[in-house]
Amino acid sequence: MSIRGKAYIAGAYEHPERKIPDKSIAQVHADVAVGALADAGLELRDVDAYFCAGDAPGFGPISMADYLGLTNLTYTDSTETGGSSYVAHVGHAAAAIAEGKCRVALITLAGLPRSQPVPRPSASSLAPEAGFEQPFGPTTVSMYALAARRHMHEYGTTSAQLAAIKVAASEHAQHNPHAMLPKPVTVEEVLDSPVISDPLHRLDCCVISDGGGALVVVAPEIAAALPRRTVKVLGHGEAPKLTSGGRIDLTYTGAVWSGPRAFEEAGVTPGDVDYASIYDSFTITVLQTIEDLGFCEKGKGGAFVADGALVAPHGRLPFNTDGGGLCNNHPVNRGGMTKVIEAVRQLRGEASAPVQVPDCEIAVVNGNGGSLGTRSAAATLILGREDA
Amino acid sequence: MTTPAASPPQPLPAPVPPVNPETREYWTATTRGRLLVKQCADCDSLIWYPRAICPQCGSLHTDWREVSGRGRIYSYTVNHRGEGPYQGAAPFVLAYVELDEGPRMMTNIVEADGAYLTVGLPVEVVFHDTGEGAALPRFRPLRS
Repeated sequence: MSIRGKAYIAGAYEHPERKIPDKSIAQVHADVAVGALADAGLELRDVDAYFCAGDAPGFGPISMADYLGLTNLTYTDSTETGGSSYVAHVGHAAAAIAEGKCRVALITLAGLPRSQPVPRPSASSLAPEAGFEQPFGPTTVSMYALAARRHMHEYGTTSAQLAAIKVAASEHAQHNPHAMLPKPVTVEEVLDSPVISDPLHRLDCCVISDGGGALVVVAPEIAAALPRRTVKVLGHGEAPKLTSGGRIDLTYTGAVWSGPRAFEEAGVTPGDVDYASIYDSFTITVLQTIEDLGFCEKGKGGAFVADGALVAPHGRLPFNTDGGGLCNNHPVNRGGMTKVIEAVRQLRGEASAPVQVPDCEIAVVNGNGGSLGTRSAAATLILGREDA
Repeated sequence: MTTPAASPPQPLPAPVPPVNPETREYWTATTRGRLLVKQCADCDSLIWYPRAICPQCGSLHTDWREVSGRGRIYSYTVNHRGEGPYQGAAPFVLAYVELDEGPRMMTNIVEADGAYLTVGLPVEVVFHDTGEGAALPRFRPLRS
């Protein structure tokens, strides 16, 4: 079975704020849920499937379903793969809709890491690997630094090339009135920013933001009856990237598997892609993912991005036109939701005018959850304009 | 509030790892200066991190095997922002070492001036006692 054309994204909503000191986490889930449903022209009572991940407070999807009053649910899914969860959820929702299990799926993400910091669940002492990693002091940034160092060693990638990714994101962010870091930066400014865990600098890292977002995925007959332009789900792939019993390779991500699966299902190739939302927890995440999705040869990502390829609207691969996690928003340390939302804006022709890709018909969205330095989960979506 | 300027880094902490029946023998060996990995009794694969199942072939028959404690740096980073027990310990070196026997393990590089660290540098294990029935295998540049 293929999900191609079996489901449409009808609603998308990104919380406009980046610091929310006066609300609960559940309350922000509600804000974005209602926002996405309003965008679709639907209401909470229309929802028959609910998807959320580890950021949802309470008991799996049930506490939030109860809080939101989702009394008509026939399907729930709380797949937790970190920041890629929401990209995977769209694929799962499309498959469930294609199977007739549901017709209106709501996906929410929300959290308040700036206003109400909580310990990361990844540090659980019950994880089977915990004793062999946590005592050595790994931090999120240092894990990606290990991946960057190895990529540099094998392929000659440079810090200046990584910086070009941040520069492109910052060029885009200046057109987003909600962006946390709206000021364009130069390669030199990235390289001059403090080293957090070498070779990664502060400006190689995404922002930490409160907020969230939501999506509504619907069956074709519902999409056809809604007033707003919708986005067609064309393909989806997922793949964990594991440490393989001591054979970890830090130079690639699970997108080497999730990407081809998604492209095959969609019936398109990387050459057909007009816009890319690429998970950008760190600059190195983008570099490896671009290679892994086949936009350039493995190891040549540095030269590819240094050439201005990522800059919208006219680069070879316009990416993260909202400013991405590097400059706009990375709510709850999970960037997958905002990646889907910006792809929806592009395919509806509703991105900020200076970065709207002309005649944008095919978009790829790639999420990565977990850590490139240990184990991670990739999810890839291919989305098309309503008439694609 | 003032922040003390340029205070010297603290000695590297040695946090106590969680120990369970599956990993107790490994940790007991570390207190005797021995580094163990698992080996599959069916497919002979060496397995890191140690566990009861072989992730290569699915066998539940795995045995402990002592390794040399020598290897090379596969990747490393000088972390300037320690967290949790490592707050105040920065800068310190987090790394993957590829053991001569093959497996790549997360660790710290110690007794090394950051200036000459490089991927491929030969290293040897040293054990840092946590004081609670387990020692952390860290690595230092191999003295020739």
